[in-house]
Amino acid sequence: MPVQVQGEVLSVRKVGAYNAMTVVAPGMAELTRPGHFVAVQVGGPESSMLLRRAFAIYDVKERGVYGGTVEFIFSVHGKGTAWLAARRPQDKLDLVGPLGKPFRLPAERVNATLVGGGYGSAPLLPLASSLRERGCRVDFVLGAGDQHRLFGQLDAKRIATSIEVTTDDGSQGRKGRVSDVLPELLDRAASDVVYACGPMAMLKAVTEICTARGIPCQVAVEESMACGVGVCMTCVLPVVGDDGLTRMVRSCVEGPVFLGDRVRWDDVGTVPEDVVGSITAGTGH
Amino acid sequence: MTLRPELTKTEVTVRKREEVFTRPDVDLTTRLGGVTFPNPVFTASGCAAAGQELDQFFDVSELGGVVTKSIMLAPRSGRPTPRMAETPSGMVNSIGLQGPGIDAFLDKDLAWLAQRGARAVVSIAGGSVDEYAKLAAKLRGQKGLAMIEVNISCPNVEDRGQVFACDPVASAAVVQAVKRAAPTGVPVFAKLSPDVTDITEIARACVDAGADGLSLINTLLGMVIDTHTLRPALGGVTGGLSGPAIRPVAVRCVWQVRQALPEVPILGMGGIRTGLDALEFLLAGANAVSVGTTVFGDPSAPIRILDELAVALAERGFGSVSEVVGLAHRPPDVHVPEGPDPVGDLVIEEDE
Repeated sequence: MPVQVQGEVLSVRKVGAYNAMTVVAPGMAELTRPGHFVAVQVGGPESSMLLRRAFAIYDVKERGVYGGTVEFIFSVHGKGTAWLAARRPQDKLDLVGPLGKPFRLPAERVNATLVGGGYGSAPLLPLASSLRERGCRVDFVLGAGDQHRLFGQLDAKRIATSIEVTTDDGSQGRKGRVSDVLPELLDRAASDVVYACGPMAMLKAVTEICTARGIPCQVAVEESMACGVGVCMTCVLPVVGDDGLTRMVRSCVEGPVFLGDRVRWDDVGTVPEDVVGSITAGTGH
Repeated sequence: MTLRPELTKTEVTVRKREEVFTRPDVDLTTRLGGVTFPNPVFTASGCAAAGQELDQFFDVSELGGVVTKSIMLAPRSGRPTPRMAETPSGMVNSIGLQGPGIDAFLDKDLAWLAQRGARAVVSIAGGSVDEYAKLAAKLRGQKGLAMIEVNISCPNVEDRGQVFACDPVASAAVVQAVKRAAPTGVPVFAKLSPDVTDITEIARACVDAGADGLSLINTLLGMVIDTHTLRPALGGVTGGLSGPAIRPVAVRCVWQVRQALPEVPILGMGGIRTGLDALEFLLAGANAVSVGTTVFGDPSAPIRILDELAVALAERGFGSVSEVVGLAHRPPDVHVPEGPDPVGDLVIEEDE
């Protein structure tokens, strides 16, 4: 169950091309699991920007000197995130969280491979720690456009058995995409499960590689949201349910974590004809 | 019929602020089509689903009512994404009435609202007069149903020619069919579009056809073009504009309809963000208000706005909501009542 809190900015720091923001948010840290996200009001109470910005939660501290804190990573894309990047310690920030369904953890000790694209690695780092606590082997693949848009390498090195890095421009690690190195790593690490977070095209590629090998993968999707709490119906994507039927489901409450092979990647952004309640199927008007 | 009058208690816990807020002793009750509601703040259709998600943030039974997302006969998947684009003080959406269909809605959503003790205002939407009538008939005997809102003005249909609220004859036909099929004693409100030449003409047609009141207003038809992709921002190309950006349009519509039809109850909505915004609608002639798009940015907004409205009324020396309904229509020389004089004593000018 999420809480809405008037938080206070503790710190904002630059991490490569990104910003890391830590907010004192009483009551939120203890509810948070890896994969949860937080929805942040931007522009202040009189803002002309009405909609919350959603970010995966990177780190939480249940009890610190300042009380419970929540940290998230963001990139400046527009006016809302630019406002956020300009916050300073002690500024007030209205947060709602933790939101969404987190990653599901394996019951047994397994070999887990974690694939992060850009700052999509942020929720994978606390996940890696949880997996290690359960005795799982953890291997990482981190990819980005260039070296400045890689996130979490140091954390990943500390936690994981191995780490592979790819960049589109070859500025760090191997030149190419995460999908270029993933098949080999899955064999070498004898991976039982894969977790991924990053751009939709990357999640699709990771799912295809895993599905071909019969390895289950959980992916955290990125869909634009207006509310983050399940009332606006804007963040939907076509997902196959246990009954084999496809529905347009909300990534904020039914996700953001889905089983990769349940998402109809080629149909994201459309309403497939065979979806439950499809207009083209003649059930509406 | 009075629904749960005990909820007009004055002391409530505002969870968000984690403190006890003592609401001023103002009579917040309001009447809509023969039904007395404990207060005039409702959710808006399409902005609160069926109440369960918002109940995580505040007790939805404390609101005047929960207006549910428009439901159709069959399950409906809605329009492709992107479905939303933020605009200055607003947003444009093209959801396309995604929903589970009336049967699943009654079993799951309305049942939950009834069990929760909330007053449900069920919004219905159809593609034909017959579909509206069938939906209204399905609501007979349903527990928790306080009111029906007939959405004849959703802009997100395939053919704008199907927006009933753009045509007085089509609007009247839907309202008449719903009134015939609906359970007796449950007010039927028609929700109108501001995208018409004269909203009072549509309002009058609905009332003549039997509408017990009017919900004003639905979204304005809008559009955003993405300057990066150089294409329309919404999957549905056009969408409905909502939020504080449209508030002056909504206040104007409420004002015009109150002036043309002084006796007809109005549920006002369009960009309400604060208690003072709600007061503005009451002054224009709304008997109650719905809080819509603001909820997306602030899930506890409806209960905050109710608290702020109570404070705003008390600060201005009013003892009840009914005193301020339509008060802005008084002639300039009429003295603002300090005590609880009924608004009915005021002269309401008819501008014909």
